Amino acid sequence: MPAAAKTGNEAMAEAMRQINPDVVAAYPITPATEIVMIFAQFAADGLVGTEYIPVESEHSAMSACVGAAAAGARVMTGTSSQGLALMYEILPIATALRLPIIMCEVNRALSGPINIHCDHSDTMAARDFGWIQIFSENAQEAYDNTLQAVRISEHSKVKLPSMVTTDGFIISHCMERVEMLGDKEVQDFIGEKKAEVSLLDVTKPVTIGALDLQDYYFEHRRQMAEAMKNVAPVILEVAEEYSKLTGRKYDLIEEYKLADAEIAIVALGSTCGTAKVVIDELREKGIKAGMLKIRVFRPFPAERIAAVLNKIPAIAVMDRSDSLNTQGGPVYTETCAALYNHPKRPKMINYIYGLGGRDVTLDDLRSVFSDLQSIDKKPLFNYLGVRD
Amino acid sequence: MANLKELSVRQDPLTGGHRACAGCGFPQIVRMVLLSSKDPVVVISATGCLEVTTTIFPFSAWNVPFLHNAFENSAATASGVEAAYNAFVRKNKIKGKINFVAFGGDGGTYDIGFQSLSGAMERGHDLLYVCYNNEAYMNTGVQRSGATPRGASTTTEPAGKVSSGKTRPRKDLTKIMAAHNLPYVAQAAGGYYMDLIKKAEKAFATPGPKFINVLQPCRLGWGYKPELTMEISRLAVQTCVWPLYEVENGIWKVTMNVREKKPIAEFLKLQDRFRHLFKPGNEQLLADLQKEVDKNWEELLKKGAP
Repeated sequence: MPAAAKTGNEAMAEAMRQINPDVVAAYPITPATEIVMIFAQFAADGLVGTEYIPVESEHSAMSACVGAAAAGARVMTGTSSQGLALMYEILPIATALRLPIIMCEVNRALSGPINIHCDHSDTMAARDFGWIQIFSENAQEAYDNTLQAVRISEHSKVKLPSMVTTDGFIISHCMERVEMLGDKEVQDFIGEKKAEVSLLDVTKPVTIGALDLQDYYFEHRRQMAEAMKNVAPVILEVAEEYSKLTGRKYDLIEEYKLADAEIAIVALGSTCGTAKVVIDELREKGIKAGMLKIRVFRPFPAERIAAVLNKIPAIAVMDRSDSLNTQGGPVYTETCAALYNHPKRPKMINYIYGLGGRDVTLDDLRSVFSDLQSIDKKPLFNYLGVRD
Repeated sequence: MANLKELSVRQDPLTGGHRACAGCGFPQIVRMVLLSSKDPVVVISATGCLEVTTTIFPFSAWNVPFLHNAFENSAATASGVEAAYNAFVRKNKIKGKINFVAFGGDGGTYDIGFQSLSGAMERGHDLLYVCYNNEAYMNTGVQRSGATPRGASTTTEPAGKVSSGKTRPRKDLTKIMAAHNLPYVAQAAGGYYMDLIKKAEKAFATPGPKFINVLQPCRLGWGYKPELTMEISRLAVQTCVWPLYEVENGIWKVTMNVREKKPIAEFLKLQDRFRHLFKPGNEQLLADLQKEVDKNWEELLKKGAP
């Protein structure tokens, strides 16, 4: 398998080239701009057969994506932070119309104050719009997740949009070794898109996006919830097939040295790479540290998380966004909820960290594991690496 | 150009039995525009009266493909549909011409959807955008819009003891769209349906982005008897409040000459939204409105005499 040095953005743009979607509508925004730029060049050089729409805003990007997907096209876009926020209104419409749009999303702090660096506040604020959310730890995962997202979203039991995320600058702009499939292998893997209904079938006119009042709205929302329930097994099925192609295994979650762990953290995205180094270090010292990486945040793999975490006495849940609700970040509250009905509930504390691109160092994570060794002395809600 | 007899045998794109008000101006406008296309059409609509009254699930009044996304994005949504069509044509997955028509009310066009419209037109998508312009947010209960004329009373800029309704003139969207240098821009009114059909046919025959602004009397928001819709539409033209013209590749042309301009009072007095203008104390405002209409008409004639 050919390998090359790629940034996260390059890896995602390459994945988009190989997917060769029918339509891409996108608007540049730091740190996702390169995805759009690189793809625009692919289109300009005739390397893709895509209709590329350089829209005038992210709102129009998502609106055009909805239009194109309703017409039966395979559709992709890329954005970040304020751009994602400008799309918020249309994201749940894509879900409701059951349009398997794929978005490459580079996590960046939401304004305000304005900031261009990584945290998860943009993606987390979009967590209840019915989009599948897959987080990537590095450029390789960004590439792999993007390819798999096409199959997951377009699966007949799913038909929901996906956002695949990387961490702004940390992954988007850092060059790493990325193994890529051949173009044909990708095409064989993703297959042809099959749309059951198309707006362009003038012989069978359909009305899409009808007004849905008291007598049907609820049932349609219920159908979306059912579709989301179907996602997890599909992710596993697609991951299995993908691993046969690449040898790289994916799951809803990743357990890192958790089997016998006595202290553990829960994290998403690039921090997981840093944490692995600290855990290895601690293990050498005989400290039984481990990590649960959440790869798929939507649907939230609560049962799987509960099944692994219930055995661990002390856990720190790491949130790279703050809900400002005085009850911790979203990963914390959902992880707690996942364990609430389990007979064995570990002690869990929360750290809000890395907001606005604040560096997360090995020392920061060492301090978290150190705190966990005397978890009873720690408050539930903590801030890591911030000046008080 | 197709005559009414020819149009009458084409399949009706929008069936009767929809839930628009008696006397609503837009069903006729929508029918006239869509029937003018010889090729199949795909309709994209903004949120608003048109979408609300024609698509209450599980019913639909549409005999042609119809997509509604949100309020401010029918142009952007249509650009995505058109892009998908182009991709499929190139990949040989679809054959035959389709005309894409995006509809929006004046709220979805002049105001909240203005950026989306401007962007889609600038990018040059091959689609026709039609504004059914009833000069206020009628779907939500007659709130003012950028298309509301000076002196009109709306629920968010009402006439009152110290107010005479809207203080500023409407923005001239047709002119703004002409400034986008589109191959075809026109202003039309449902009451002059042959003119509207001609313009729609021209638009469909022109590749690229097209825009038609159609004045649509709203019996509820304008406050008149439902049977007067066509008459009021024609009076808007005969008083030069709403001149009919087109801008074809930069050439301006008035398409309906008004030799004997009627006083605007004849148009205004039939409508409740202007009733306060006829009370003592508003004579000057009425005179100013007439002056404004006269000036705009003279300027238009200089640009493109009929």
